[in-house]
Amino acid sequence: MLLQAIAFWVFAIVTVASAAMVVTSRNPVYSVLFLILAFFNTAALFVLIGAEFIAMILVIVYVGAVAVLFLFVVMMLDINLTKLREGFLEYLPVGVMIGFALLAEILFALGVGGWGRSDTMAALSKAGVQIAAIDNTRAIGRVLYTQYFYLFQVAGMVLLVAMIGAIVLTLRRRPGVRRQRISEQLYRPKDQVVTTVKVPTGEGVS
Amino acid sequence: MTIGLGHYLGLAAVLFTFGILGIFLNRKNVIVILMCVELMLLAVNINLVAFSVFQGNIVGQVFAMLVLTVAAAEAAIGLAILVVYFRNRGTIEVEDISAMKG
Repeated sequence: MLLQAIAFWVFAIVTVASAAMVVTSRNPVYSVLFLILAFFNTAALFVLIGAEFIAMILVIVYVGAVAVLFLFVVMMLDINLTKLREGFLEYLPVGVMIGFALLAEILFALGVGGWGRSDTMAALSKAGVQIAAIDNTRAIGRVLYTQYFYLFQVAGMVLLVAMIGAIVLTLRRRPGVRRQRISEQLYRPKDQVVTTVKVPTGEGVS
Repeated sequence: MTIGLGHYLGLAAVLFTFGILGIFLNRKNVIVILMCVELMLLAVNINLVAFSVFQGNIVGQVFAMLVLTVAAAEAAIGLAILVVYFRNRGTIEVEDISAMKG
């Protein structure tokens, strides 16, 4: 139990520290790398709590796809970093103030740390039933492919629409670029392409 | 000491706050703003998974997966728009994005 507590605090502190670095880092490339670190630590927290499937999905989807996409775009765009940093200190006081107010509100509503409504947390934790009879992935699969099957398909449609949208947005036709158009190739009539020549014997074709 | 629901919710609250703070601080850089949105969605996922585990209801994890799907779609579309915008204007400053006079 003590080991679990130590692991939780280590992962939680690293997650929060890397989130802070995402926000304050000068170079967007470092921001993306710290974002990856935050995702990894959150995945470790999920493993710790017993949600292995979501942890693995988090690593695959976020680190494998989203973070690499971010890294690609950050490195592809030639942006002026110093110009983008203008106004950072200007917005710092109001940002910190709003952030602190929001955090205090959330923690007060939760009753974390013994102040605010302490009965909320007790009521929320009370329903603690253990799912541990079957493992996590099987438990998710049992509801995902039966009860929430339409939801699963809608998620697939969302991904499909996002994929098509991203392709349509970034596809561009530049003049002067010769690209293969397969439909035009296939629709060419035969008489425009092939000519039959009668070759006289012994003379050949000039 | 045992790690309970409150610890996870507190962590999620701190992460969410950092996401909001990042949007306030990086007013000019769209990429960092998108990253902060991802951070906030991560905080929401932590909340969902923590509630799911501590209340013994698997539906929260199914919902977390759907949130993940939408986050991935949002990142793809957002970055595609960003790339197209950069191609047209040569900058990604938020303040310059006023072509539609919104």
